[in-house]
Amino acid sequence: MSSPQIEIQLIAAIVAMACAIPGVFLVLRKMALISDAISHSILPGIVIGFFVTQDLNSPLLILLAALTGVITVVMVEFIQKTGLVKEDTAIGLVFPVLFSIGVILIAKNANDVHLDVDAVLLGELAFAPFDRLLVGVADWGPKSLWVMGSILFITISLLILFYKELKVTTFDAGLSSVLGISPLVMHYGLMSVSSVTVVGAFDAVGAILVVALMIAPAATAYLLTEDLKKMIWLSVSFGVFSAISGYWAANFLDASISGSIATTLGVIFLATYLFAPKKGLISVLYRQKQQRIEVSLITFLLHLNRHEEESERHINHLQEHINWQAVRARTVLDLAEKNNLVEIENNVVSLTEKGLAFTEKSLEYIISNKDEKIEPMKEDFFLFRG
Amino acid sequence: MDTQKLAVQIDDLTVAYNYKPVLWDIDLSVPEGVLMAIVGPNGAGKSTLIKTILGIIKPIAGTVSIYGKPYSKQRKLVAYVPQKGSVDWDFPTTALDVVMMGTYGKLGWIKRTGQKEKKIALESMEKVGMLTYKNRQISQLSGGQQQRVFLARALAQDASIYFMDEPFQGVDATTEIAIINILKELRKAGKTVIVVHHDLQTVPEYFDWVTFLNVKKIATGPVKDIFNDDNLTKTYGINYKVAVNK
Ligand SMILES: Nc1ncnc2c1ncn2[C@@H]1O[C@H](COP(=O)(O)OP(=O)(O)OP(=O)(O)O)[C@@H](O)[C@H]1O
Ligand SMILES: [Mg+2]
Repeated sequence: MSSPQIEIQLIAAIVAMACAIPGVFLVLRKMALISDAISHSILPGIVIGFFVTQDLNSPLLILLAALTGVITVVMVEFIQKTGLVKEDTAIGLVFPVLFSIGVILIAKNANDVHLDVDAVLLGELAFAPFDRLLVGVADWGPKSLWVMGSILFITISLLILFYKELKVTTFDAGLSSVLGISPLVMHYGLMSVSSVTVVGAFDAVGAILVVALMIAPAATAYLLTEDLKKMIWLSVSFGVFSAISGYWAANFLDASISGSIATTLGVIFLATYLFAPKKGLISVLYRQKQQRIEVSLITFLLHLNRHEEESERHINHLQEHINWQAVRARTVLDLAEKNNLVEIENNVVSLTEKGLAFTEKSLEYIISNKDEKIEPMKEDFFLFRG
Repeated sequence: MDTQKLAVQIDDLTVAYNYKPVLWDIDLSVPEGVLMAIVGPNGAGKSTLIKTILGIIKPIAGTVSIYGKPYSKQRKLVAYVPQKGSVDWDFPTTALDVVMMGTYGKLGWIKRTGQKEKKIALESMEKVGMLTYKNRQISQLSGGQQQRVFLARALAQDASIYFMDEPFQGVDATTEIAIINILKELRKAGKTVIVVHHDLQTVPEYFDWVTFLNVKKIATGPVKDIFNDDNLTKTYGINYKVAVNK
């Protein structure tokens, strides 16, 4: 690997980490759309900042542009508070206005500004290593590495300091304000960090990939875990993994790096959405099918329990009595037999001791509807899980 | 009675969302040590009243004081159980962790929870009979269990005044009795408990103080004096017949 190659991957990985962390909280706060709005509406801030500083990586430009991001949020909330439109409408009203102001500013000053809309939206990671930070004659590496490194450092420090506050304000804003932990402060804190991250990253990877790097890893992690800390770790890992493998995919296919990273993010999300062990589509469908079978199983066991007479328990009669399709009856009978809940003698089905105990326990649960009653059953029974 | 301290005092309070008043010129005094129900129809402003007392919503007029001082100075004296539907129960966390949040107020910004906070949280969970569920994901709790977790969290706040918005919403009879017993114990310990309550039948049995609210305050006082058809009719607009056990 050549050194620009390593540098590109390093920048991509750091951008991914810096995006994934605020992304987790945006996803949990159901504010994914806001990151999209910020990423577009910072454009006028970037242009104005560029007039002032003449340097896309200057900290002043980043702060100015990030301010535009926060203003977007304030405007969205203001419009929303009038009660005339919903939040998504308010977002849709605000960011095209700001974005087009940015586009007009660029067009009007096209001669003096070396900046174009494509570069802002799509970025070009491959060029990032060319813009170097020079201290005297010494080469300290790509500028965007330093910019994103600092942003990542600040983000991680804030996360460690305010983890508890972020958690409680995200989960229950009402309680937080009662506890004296201002949800408003945390909200604007998160918005500021997101804005700064978007601005810092757009030059390297483009505004669109920034949004993907914020939302996709967090949304993927959300499907896989029910623990906030793990969700953060997973998001960061997915982000970095997509960044690196996206880079190599681009290399291999001779395609855009940002595009490949975004595609990788999408593919990972899709795979997780389908195959996640608990919340994935396939496992949900499978569980529903299992539950249907198990409801039938309980119905079947209860029927056996209620009827002493052999005619009621004859294999051929079960179908008509419990009113199933033949296939279902067979599956249920097999399931019961496999678990030693019933035994079949001369085509007459009867409950085993285990089956009897199990039936009585289920009955008790159904009647009392007490969750404590099923705690011990959960282990050996699918129906009550989740 | 007259010398008794006031836990909550509200003067001339008006609250509006988008300039439409939902609470209109409320005066209300709640003496220390009562177990009070706030009753009124849907949309009467009960939740809004609690949120305003707690500073979550800013009033357009009037003042609220907790033991004679503004709420912002008295935070540590107050615990809050929001309406259950007000949070996202799919949030990735455990029951114990939610109860621990009750200790964040006394802990303050930045400081982390330690053994002490964990012990408080576990004790609170034990009191509401939720200890066995401490590591359960909150999305996997039943409605009644979620309500108990909220109650445990309020207990972990270890306050003098407890505000609860419909703690009996969607719980079965056993849980309801368990919750009311805990509330009665709080009162016995000298705490003030203020509860938004919907089941008028149980008001006389559960509470000793009641406030009728419907945008305006209709009446407030001891249940035995003011819980009658007259006030119920004024509040709910229709002729209410409730068997009041004397
Ligand atoms: N955030 C809000 N924005 C605008 N209007 C609101 C908001 N919250 C509540 N309202 C309105 O204020 C009025 C009082 O609402 P509130 O939630 O306080 O009623 P409540 O007495 O608690 O009702 P419920 O018994 O249904 O819980 C209602 O008309 C409601 O529509
Ligand atoms: Mg309410």
